[in-house]
Amino acid sequence: MSEAYAHPNYIKIWFWLLGLLVISVAGPMLEIPALTIITAFGIAIVKAYLVAANFMHLKFEKKFIWYLLILSICLLGVFFFGVAPDVMMTDGDQWIDCIADKSCVEQRL
Amino acid sequence: MSMHGPIATHRSATGVPSGRLAIWWLLASEIFIFGGLVTCFVLFKLNGTPGFEDASLTSTAAGAINTFVLLTSSLSIVLAHAAIEKGDRVKSFRYIWYTIGGGVVFLGIKTYEYTGKIIHGHVITENLFWSFYYTMTGLHALHVIGGMVIMALISFDIRKGHNYQRVELIGIYWHFVDLVWIFLFPLLYIANF
Amino acid sequence: MSQAAAAVQTDTHAEHHEELSFLYKYILPVDHKIIGMQYIFTGMIMAIIGGYFAYAFRMQLAFPGELVPLYGLVGPGEYNMLVTNHGTIMIFWVAMPVLIAGFGNYLIPLMIGCDDMVFPRLNRLSYQIFLVSALVLIASFFVRGGGFGGAWTSYPPLSSVAEYSLTDWGASLWILAVALEFVSFLLGGINFVTTSMNARAPGMKMLDIPIAVWFIVVAVILFMASVGPLVAGAVMLFMDQRIGTTFFLPSGGGDPLLWQHLFWFFGHPEVYVVLLPTLGIVAEIITVFSRKKLFGYRTVLYTAFATGGLSFVVWAHHQFIAGIDPRMANVFTVTTVLISIPLAEMMFSYIATLYGGSIELKTPMLWALSFIAAFLIGGVTGIYLGASAMDVYFHDSYFVLAHFHYTFFPITIIGMFAALTYWFPKMFGRMMNETLGKIHFWGTFIPFNCIFLPLFFLGLAGQHRRIYNYEHFPDLATQELQNIRIFATVSLVVMLIFQLVFIYNFFVSMFKGKKAPNNPWNANTLEWTIPSPPQHGNFKDLPTVYRGPYEYSVPGREKDYWPQNEPPEEN
Repeated sequence: MSEAYAHPNYIKIWFWLLGLLVISVAGPMLEIPALTIITAFGIAIVKAYLVAANFMHLKFEKKFIWYLLILSICLLGVFFFGVAPDVMMTDGDQWIDCIADKSCVEQRL
Repeated sequence: MSMHGPIATHRSATGVPSGRLAIWWLLASEIFIFGGLVTCFVLFKLNGTPGFEDASLTSTAAGAINTFVLLTSSLSIVLAHAAIEKGDRVKSFRYIWYTIGGGVVFLGIKTYEYTGKIIHGHVITENLFWSFYYTMTGLHALHVIGGMVIMALISFDIRKGHNYQRVELIGIYWHFVDLVWIFLFPLLYIANF
Repeated sequence: MSQAAAAVQTDTHAEHHEELSFLYKYILPVDHKIIGMQYIFTGMIMAIIGGYFAYAFRMQLAFPGELVPLYGLVGPGEYNMLVTNHGTIMIFWVAMPVLIAGFGNYLIPLMIGCDDMVFPRLNRLSYQIFLVSALVLIASFFVRGGGFGGAWTSYPPLSSVAEYSLTDWGASLWILAVALEFVSFLLGGINFVTTSMNARAPGMKMLDIPIAVWFIVVAVILFMASVGPLVAGAVMLFMDQRIGTTFFLPSGGGDPLLWQHLFWFFGHPEVYVVLLPTLGIVAEIITVFSRKKLFGYRTVLYTAFATGGLSFVVWAHHQFIAGIDPRMANVFTVTTVLISIPLAEMMFSYIATLYGGSIELKTPMLWALSFIAAFLIGGVTGIYLGASAMDVYFHDSYFVLAHFHYTFFPITIIGMFAALTYWFPKMFGRMMNETLGKIHFWGTFIPFNCIFLPLFFLGLAGQHRRIYNYEHFPDLATQELQNIRIFATVSLVVMLIFQLVFIYNFFVSMFKGKKAPNNPWNANTLEWTIPSPPQHGNFKDLPTVYRGPYEYSVPGREKDYWPQNEPPEEN
């Protein structure tokens, strides 16, 4: 709109993004799970930052927009950690007894 | 330029124009919708729910090509915005249609992928992984289609010479759709362990 | 592209509001005032349906197995459908549209001093989606199998498998209607927030905004932040129902608890989403009718932020007995008890506002005061339920139900009447009849307590909810308990009859009432500075704001009120 700011070099950003894409595809080929997590999700975050900051012009936007978006993601984190103990611990109703042999999990499925 | 709409629309106490502010709020609410789905997916995946090993069956090549297509279409819509800022309607119109073309290619590859999976019996009800796969990519594809339709409408608008600011707004939306895909790609295609 | 900048500078009013045809003025309006009234009227019609449902199932509880006058026989399935849709309607189609969308639409542009919403056509669209959602819900009552009967929380697997719920189509239409309603309020909410952030009158600083607007905005932000996961969840549930996925079915590896989390992550902030607008309305009314400055404007505001923030970390107190991790139950007990602190502080601020004021007991003030009284009972009983140990006993009993209604009845019904009686002169340009208003007030407030106070005792006696006939439970079928049920039901009927007084008063006053002056209550906020009802475009000259909204009885001034847009006197 009316604000004057120097545009980032969009083409350069695009090349960066493509480079990162190649890394994230190549990452799993090394077959190290820990590394794959970093190349897959770490690079996704870098890519997301590049797109948000440059293409969406968040670099030039008021700071509170950043806070708004980051707060949204943090709230999802709250949701995740509130739900995780329930959904991820299906070794359920007797709490101690079935952890050893997983019998009640099978019963439930 | 003639003013239309209420005066309220043209006020800007925050310094961010209303249209853009509204888009940011829209995206914040979209973060929760996609984020809710992704959170559920991650919960099941980390829990080792049976069926999630099927992530190895998704075609990384198709996903990577689609990422490439979306990234490129993101570039073209931002170039459309840069062009309209200089007042170049023809160039901007052309870039918008390149972006729509990118959307079409994306959906084409998606269709090809879906068909392949369904032929091999990986339908939406097979197990939870495929349910999530089709729900998440399907919801994303709906956003792509919606964006394309709106983009087409805007392109004719700017060719006639009004509502230039909308190119930037649809651009921000389109980048968000791109961002969602940036996260869906590793979740559904790469992380198969 | 200096369009926006130029418009901000030349903030004069464009004089081209030509007369619109009836169709564009009332059926397809873009004027925020008409859209607000559309929401309010739709909400009131839905309230009649919700009230009728309550009447039918209360009659069944009081006189089991007998024909209910004006309804017929209530069978077990039908009972479930009535209870479910009573809850759904009252929350999603009465509280939300009237308090947030209706009064939000009507008040935000007027109170912040601009001519309309930022996006008038988006506003119209959100009403139309809302109307469609209401029609879809009503349609769900008439499909094969009848309306959905799985309670407004719609827990799977009951809600997700047609063989369990026995309402194949009703369940799907229900979830569709709720999802459409969410979409409508998301669009509306974006509009509200953007308007309040961007379109304020020149000179109106953040702390000059009336509390009513602040609270509606906070409520809308809470809604937008909490509803997303449930929208995702609604899509998943709908697919479980129609396509046969197993997101929430343990048989296919899914998890029914996940739905409960998704639902209550929205469902608990939702309580504050509807509570905050009413608290804002009450703040406006008590300051005007006690002629005093709001006690601790900032405190009230910050407590609302604290409530909003905390409301995101209390949701699992609805699930203490659902099989959640007991360690998490401890955490959620603490947060639940914590949330009563900001709310109690806010209540004390309101009471402190009343202290030493020259209180005038007009109808709106009666409603506002009764809200504070009734809501305190609801709030205090909530602390019992927040403690997980007590909740194990109380859960799903009538104690919960009575607690819930002691919060939601004041919020929705009392809040709605407070706002309607207060802003009626502005909306329709006529005064309401004060005597009839007071008759209606006492005729609602006394029976309200007679309905829900006894239910606390029923709950303590162990009466479980969602049972259509207690004759099958020997412990609960005693004559004493039955008498309490009959008493509550009769009170309900009395209360419903008194609503006719309101309907009469409302419509007769609308056409025949005494003409209202611009500012009948001598209030400060901007909407009272213009003629009643305001014209299209609201303000003839858009106002400039010089002070906060609660400057009543300022020492040294002749008049005891000081409108926000009155330029300061030169000394």
